[in-house]
Amino acid sequence: MASPAPTQANDARDLAWFQDKLAQFLIFIGGISGIVLIISIFVFVSREGIGFLGTLDVGEFFTSPAWRPTSENPTYGALALMAGTASVTGLAMLVSIPLSLGAAIYIGEFAKGKTREVLKILTEMLAAIPSVVWGFIGLSLMNEFIIDTFNVPVGLNVLNAGIILGLMAAPIMTTIAEDALKAVPDEYRAAAEAMGATRWQVIWKVVVPAAKNGLVAAVLLGVGRGFGETMAVLMASGHSINLPSSPFDSVRALTATIAAELGETAVGSDHYQALFFLGIFLFVVTFLINLTADLVVRGIREQ
Amino acid sequence: MSLFAATPQTIKDRKVENRVKWALGLVTAVLVLPVLVILTTLVIKGGPAISMDFLFSEPTNGMTEGGIFPALVGTVWLVVCALCFSVPVGVAAALYLSEYAPDNWITRALNLAIINLAGVPSIVHALFGVGAFVIFADFGTSILAASLTLAVMTLPLIIVSTRESLQAVPMAFREACWNMGATRWQTIRRVVLPNSVSGILTGVILEVSRTAGETAPIMFTGAAFFLPFLPQTVWDQTMAMSLHLFVISTQVPDVPDELPYGVALVLIGMVLCMNALSIGFRTWLRGRRKW
Amino acid sequence: MVEPKLQVKDLTIKYGDKTALTGVNFDIFPNEIFGIIGPANSGKTSFLRTINRMQDFTESMSVSGQVILDGKDVTAWRNVYALRRRIGVVFPLPVGLPMSVYDNVALAPRLAGVRKKSVLDEKVEQCLTRAALWDEVKDRLNTLGSLLSGGQQQRLTIARALSQDPDLLLLDEFSIAVDPVTTMRIEDVLVGLKSEMTIVLVTNLVQQARRLADRTAFFLSGECVEVGDTEDLFTGDVKDQRTRDYVEGRFG
Repeated sequence: MASPAPTQANDARDLAWFQDKLAQFLIFIGGISGIVLIISIFVFVSREGIGFLGTLDVGEFFTSPAWRPTSENPTYGALALMAGTASVTGLAMLVSIPLSLGAAIYIGEFAKGKTREVLKILTEMLAAIPSVVWGFIGLSLMNEFIIDTFNVPVGLNVLNAGIILGLMAAPIMTTIAEDALKAVPDEYRAAAEAMGATRWQVIWKVVVPAAKNGLVAAVLLGVGRGFGETMAVLMASGHSINLPSSPFDSVRALTATIAAELGETAVGSDHYQALFFLGIFLFVVTFLINLTADLVVRGIREQ
Repeated sequence: MSLFAATPQTIKDRKVENRVKWALGLVTAVLVLPVLVILTTLVIKGGPAISMDFLFSEPTNGMTEGGIFPALVGTVWLVVCALCFSVPVGVAAALYLSEYAPDNWITRALNLAIINLAGVPSIVHALFGVGAFVIFADFGTSILAASLTLAVMTLPLIIVSTRESLQAVPMAFREACWNMGATRWQTIRRVVLPNSVSGILTGVILEVSRTAGETAPIMFTGAAFFLPFLPQTVWDQTMAMSLHLFVISTQVPDVPDELPYGVALVLIGMVLCMNALSIGFRTWLRGRRKW
Repeated sequence: MVEPKLQVKDLTIKYGDKTALTGVNFDIFPNEIFGIIGPANSGKTSFLRTINRMQDFTESMSVSGQVILDGKDVTAWRNVYALRRRIGVVFPLPVGLPMSVYDNVALAPRLAGVRKKSVLDEKVEQCLTRAALWDEVKDRLNTLGSLLSGGQQQRLTIARALSQDPDLLLLDEFSIAVDPVTTMRIEDVLVGLKSEMTIVLVTNLVQQARRLADRTAFFLSGECVEVGDTEDLFTGDVKDQRTRDYVEGRFG
């Protein structure tokens, strides 16, 4: 039967309409949580650390290796700490870049079917190992290994932390490198093969250069990971605050310093504020590294 | 001369390629072998420490003997509480990004913020936890503060995996619902979310595995090395597996070798089991197509 | 003089800078089958989308002019979902929702608040029968709608549209993914539905319009060239030469 012309009453806002609006509101609140949290992190860490600006001597901070917050005349030279972070991260990259690139190429271009599945699962497992366990490995296995192999008295040093960090950063770098290689269009490969190139030549001369941006992003993310890693470096790099002159020297990284010293400071003291200040520094540096990596990746997507 | 016989150049190229393949295979092996080496060593050296007693009793004698039960309980407390915060917020954030967000600079900024949140060093998360939850919100060092810190840290994980599974639901389904007069929320509740639950679960399992292993964020916000009682409320402090491993291997003298190995073994066992669960779940899902 | 069901006044649709439809004016009367024919990209689908305000979901789409349903401008409705519930839509691409066939057809009644199982059972059977799908699925109502064949999913889509008890049914080239026999069955159904609702049928198949439509509009390149009784259009009694050329197959 023909329905009668609807009256305006059918246009009433019902329960479903209001539920939809409420849901939209709550979801929006959750949606902006990412930005809210990033800003919050910066705000709250700064809140505790901003006081340090009064004591801060910028020159000393960046050029002096004398980090002695607990001495009678405290100095806050962070150079040794930065050198600690840089040396460990640098060594880690030396280890992980060739490993990740090689593994990414092998898994992406040579391995097939079951092998590839197994390799990817093993890589994921490697990524899942918690950093405190890695630190423990550094303290135990790697320590003994270094002492025995290189005949040095102490095995907790740049080499130890660097290798461990390299193994920690490698899985994510491998995954991103793999994605970058996979994103290279098949036409490039087909064109090169049509010209008679072998598979390896295709990969080395065509695919890898084409995936350059993604590979750079992978390295940047690895560096970011290395910079920010705390427990493993704390446990494996030793305890001396000094500028390293060889991979067998013990060092202390920025992250490890905060972790090691925060428990002993009084809330609000100069030392406490200095540690929070290091936190701001770390936050800004890793933020910039991540931002760059993201812009580099965006560069590919817009090509 | 046969047309198809290999030329000297081709033979040489193939040899190079073979060598390269083996070299790369070796490199890959070097990358993945550590997992096996580490596991084997932990099992060999830590195995002897594992027993029902170890798992279910408390540490005694200044931590040099006894078990890890309070640490296990504490880790469970922390993980569950962290999930209570991160899952609702994470799913909401993912829903926003997937179902509501317009394609403009604000959305790009949001995505950027999430990626950066994931890249913040764990010690900075710890500092944030101290500054925001322990001090500013005045929760003191407590399970509440520690799990909130952990939740913030693992939020990106939930957001990314939820968003992926939401976006895997074809647009056609949503449009069919909208055309019938369903509101956005009705469509999400009846079609989009139910078909993404599996993806969300995968992310949750992954988050559990990450949360269980974190040390720095809980060190100053709520985890303590030795507590005589098990935690009763979220305002209490707690022990935790990750912190336990750290302290036992760096700060307790005269610990018998197998104890820290045992703790490490249990911790890594928990984490890898969760991971394997997540991977297995994902594979099972892939086989079960619904459209 | 019968009040028109749908009035279109000076309707213009743009996607960003591109114009899809300009200055469309006509009325659609209750309980008729109104056909819209024309080659691809002439604006037919865009027009349908403005009737149930689907432009709300497309950022780039801008609409000016008026679409008036039962005397009220559709953009003036405060509860747009209530509007959409009264309009059933069938797209060219069949969509079976990833829930059981039963749930597919019961969805609209449930959204409207119906809970009693007996009422839902009856509704599901009625709609599936009218969509010429009941016999094929009656023993397996639990099958996932998204796993049915293409032709079955299209009929399921029609059943879903019918389950809304719409007073306006919009069909956009429904027979593309459906075999000729099923198309015929659905065409019979549509003729039977005329007494209960108003139907707008967009089709590429000129003969289908001739079979089914009481009045027909001819769209060409974003313009509504003319509207008239179907028979007139097909027997050459046209106001615009282009209509005759299209109907006679001189271009398409």
